[in-house]
Amino acid sequence: MIEKFYDVIVVGAGPAGTTAARFAAEQGVSVLILEKDRDIGYPVRCGEAVSKDGIEPFIKPDSKWIASTINSFVLISPDGTEVKINFNRTGYILERRIFDYELGKLAAKAGAHILTKAYVYDLLREDGKITGVKFEHNGEKKEVKGKIIIGADGVESRIGRFAGIKTHIKISDMECCVQFTVSNINVDASTCYFYFGENYAPGGYLWIFPKGNNSANVGLGIGGDKAKIKSPISYINNFLENKFPNVPKLTMISGGVPCSLTLSEIVKENVLLVGDAARQVNPLSGGGITSGMIGGSIAGELAGKAIKENNFKLLMDYPKIWHSRVGRRHEMYYKVKNAIYNFRDETLNSIAHSAIKIPESERTLLSIFKIALLDKPSLLFEFAKIFFY
Amino acid sequence: MLLIEIKPDKCDFCGVCVGVCPEDAIELKEATIKISEELCTNCAKCVWCCPIEVLVFRKDKIQQLKASTFK
Repeated sequence: MIEKFYDVIVVGAGPAGTTAARFAAEQGVSVLILEKDRDIGYPVRCGEAVSKDGIEPFIKPDSKWIASTINSFVLISPDGTEVKINFNRTGYILERRIFDYELGKLAAKAGAHILTKAYVYDLLREDGKITGVKFEHNGEKKEVKGKIIIGADGVESRIGRFAGIKTHIKISDMECCVQFTVSNINVDASTCYFYFGENYAPGGYLWIFPKGNNSANVGLGIGGDKAKIKSPISYINNFLENKFPNVPKLTMISGGVPCSLTLSEIVKENVLLVGDAARQVNPLSGGGITSGMIGGSIAGELAGKAIKENNFKLLMDYPKIWHSRVGRRHEMYYKVKNAIYNFRDETLNSIAHSAIKIPESERTLLSIFKIALLDKPSLLFEFAKIFFY
Repeated sequence: MLLIEIKPDKCDFCGVCVGVCPEDAIELKEATIKISEELCTNCAKCVWCCPIEVLVFRKDKIQQLKASTFK
């Protein structure tokens, strides 16, 4: 049963949206989540890798949505050099369709109402003020009023556009992705594999994330300007045909990961953006689950407080809190991404050759970074750009 | 006149095209996709970024477009 009026309306029921809804509802205000698809958590548009530390503040790890536990990475250079790194923390490969569902239940438990198959096509305005959203549900046009609107509508980020925020991103910042979930693949169940180079994934990387029982997510993301020349689907098909011919493909999904800076405007009047919609993805790794939940929790809590205290100026604190907790770090990652985005295969090979000389027990991403600089001083030049411009 | 063609049966409805469209000309629901002829400027960013080749730029229609523009 959906009311005519809510304190907070959240558009989109991914991890950022349901976390925003939960944190708002926990403040004792009324919350509605509108989701355009019929299911929460499906279709999955994600490689499904997270760190245990990242998600623990938001949900207690549960074996029903953990497909596998990760303790090492293997980075593979264009010439096939494998650099193994022991991950000093714990990683998980999720079953997002169950994980998202559980986050939805937590929001509902906190009091949020949820409506799926509800496609928001515009904001509702009265006397020039945003007073709710217009949506379609089962073919009928409807309206619902809300004091605060949270746009958690993912890569498309249209709620922001309706509010007058420029949300579209330049194509070189859009990682264009395809992923197959395959079975009968013989990979180590506790290792994530990353392939780099022109032939695998220019301006991005190719991943194999094991999901237990000899199944895995095999996917890749390439920069939009590279996708213009050759499409992601042809790269992944090539890879699978060469490396793993005949593996049964259980699902195929496509998707886009906005690997840019956080939008310069993530709050406007009474509209807040969270998660991919706010471009809160880690622009170097493309990971957005944890950072999206952090963004959602900040926005949700502020929205709840703003309603309770009837002080909408509180919403203006959102960008500041986001930037001090995560956004500033993402600015650095974005610079690193831009420096390595156009690395040629020779450079990547040379880094890998240096890295394998480091004893495995001392091998970390940072030590590889340092050795790469020492071994190939010309790299200093490229990395100098990261820090001094 | 639209120079961009969608192959809806191929579409996964992932939203990359919507994210890069500077004109907000693409409407994507759960399993329908439409380009607004009125808003689209044929910039082709959506075509370049589509991961699975759903959107096609119809070069062959350029002549037709020119003809209709200068009529």
